[in-house]
Amino acid sequence: MLDGVKIAAFGLGALMFAIATNWGHDQAYRVHALLLTALCAAGFVWSIRTAGARQPVNVESSYMDGPIRYGVVATAFWAIVGFLMGTLIAFQLAYPDLNLGLPWTSFGRLRPLHTSAVIFAFGGNGLIATSFYVVQRTCATRLWGGNAAWFVFWGYNLFIVLAATGYVLGSTQSLEYAEPEWYADLWLTIVWVVYLAIYLGTLVKRKEPHIYVANWFYLSFIITVALLHVVNNLAVPVSIWSSASVALWPGVQGAMIQWWYGHNAVAFFLTVPFLAMMYYFVPKQANRPVYSYRLSIIHFWSLIFLYIWAGPHHLHYTALPDWAQILGMVMSIILWMPSWGGAINGLMTLQGAWDKLRTDPILRMMVVALAFYTMATFEGPMMSIRAVNSLSHYTDWTIGHVHSGVLGFNGLLTSAALYYLVPRLWKRERLYSLSLVSWHFWLATIGIVLYASSMWIAGITQGLMWREVDSLGFLVNSFADTVAAMHPMYVIRALGGVLYLTGGLIMAWNLWKTVMSEPLRAETVPAE
Amino acid sequence: METYTFLRTLADSWGMLAMLVIFAGVVFWAFRPGSRKAQDDAANQIFRNEDKPKDDGNGH
Repeated sequence: MLDGVKIAAFGLGALMFAIATNWGHDQAYRVHALLLTALCAAGFVWSIRTAGARQPVNVESSYMDGPIRYGVVATAFWAIVGFLMGTLIAFQLAYPDLNLGLPWTSFGRLRPLHTSAVIFAFGGNGLIATSFYVVQRTCATRLWGGNAAWFVFWGYNLFIVLAATGYVLGSTQSLEYAEPEWYADLWLTIVWVVYLAIYLGTLVKRKEPHIYVANWFYLSFIITVALLHVVNNLAVPVSIWSSASVALWPGVQGAMIQWWYGHNAVAFFLTVPFLAMMYYFVPKQANRPVYSYRLSIIHFWSLIFLYIWAGPHHLHYTALPDWAQILGMVMSIILWMPSWGGAINGLMTLQGAWDKLRTDPILRMMVVALAFYTMATFEGPMMSIRAVNSLSHYTDWTIGHVHSGVLGFNGLLTSAALYYLVPRLWKRERLYSLSLVSWHFWLATIGIVLYASSMWIAGITQGLMWREVDSLGFLVNSFADTVAAMHPMYVIRALGGVLYLTGGLIMAWNLWKTVMSEPLRAETVPAE
Repeated sequence: METYTFLRTLADSWGMLAMLVIFAGVVFWAFRPGSRKAQDDAANQIFRNEDKPKDDGNGH
């Protein structure tokens, strides 16, 4: 029955998308329709060939790790793509000739490719994979929903491909971090609702009485991202045969919705679920329970109560009403407390075991990730103060701030989680090389330091040059003067990117060798 | 009263009160007397069931 539905759906899909390829108004739409035609045709053949295959019996006695293994591979793959794109566009800013004079390789199109590749492709795949891993282990039960987890993996990566190819072909709705056009947004909504259903279903059939705190963080990430995504992407397509659409929100309301979305993408995509990773992987790697479980509960509720209000700090000194700007500023400053409370909870987990940092480079990577988190969550509230923001906003300081957070916290924590997961998921004795982990760690850390410090100098220089006036009140510098002054800092930033990318390549090599050449773990008698 | 004013007033009066009460309730729940054992058990949950789901005794 289900096989028949699958075959019919793929067949009809291929036909429908072939028609769309023919009737599409613009290039991006037609390329996407052609891609979907090919995928549906492949799915059609695959569903015929696998029809009637026997389903494995008694799967409930094991965890569903297949989609997690695929997710880990996708995470490592998109990491390299995202870091490479970032390094490329960093060099484009220093040497504009690297735009090559082509629309497809211009900074404006590759920049969203970089941000989406690192946030949604690298981060998102890492989050989906780790959330499936953690929810099964902490609930002591297999994922709910059978093969739905495979649908989430493939569906999410299809969204990534649609988004990335769309950017290069010039299809964008021009909302930062929400660039994909309407049909990609609709597709992601479907995938995300299935993801939520799997997660909730697994929590409902858990065999442990308590829902471990990491799952609360993951669940709030899934729910809030669904809400943010749907509200910010409300738009009317100009035609079902076109990739273009008109946003529903006008003017200042649109700006507020966009930064409510944008800041909560930072909050509920790049922070909350990564804290879930912290609450699982740091105690596991340190082999001791989290410092204070009570604090983790208060951490969770205070963080999600406060974070949702911080968005207006992206709109200081704009048409947004002053009360909303000040509300955003105050909430951003208060946020400092739960951020540090949570980070301290993670770090203090090592109390009495700090000596492990000498011997365990994976734990060292986790701890430095948390250190970068504390730095970024101090810097962020400071930059949200209106007087500071008047200097920092629209300058490279913001870029430096974001990168000390994402390269330091998200990047290192996800990498550490991959080092933790790969030997376990592929049942290997150990990682291929711990000294390569150390190489990755030091290259990445030095890369981040180069990045952040050059952007501080660049940002403050820019801010001061923009506001400099002479005795008659005229601006001293033209914009081009400030661009020229940035050049040395842009080169240093790009070199930082090269170091970080090299670290990522070393990680990919190390994980590959772990799977390919390390011996299988000897089967141990399960502890009763 | 226009919708904006109504929602604004609701948010900074009853809305704020509701959130404060919920938050205070959560804090009390976390620190309630006698919860130490349950908290310790929860914190150690990650060290169980590493390789396969818990066997609940009826075959799956």
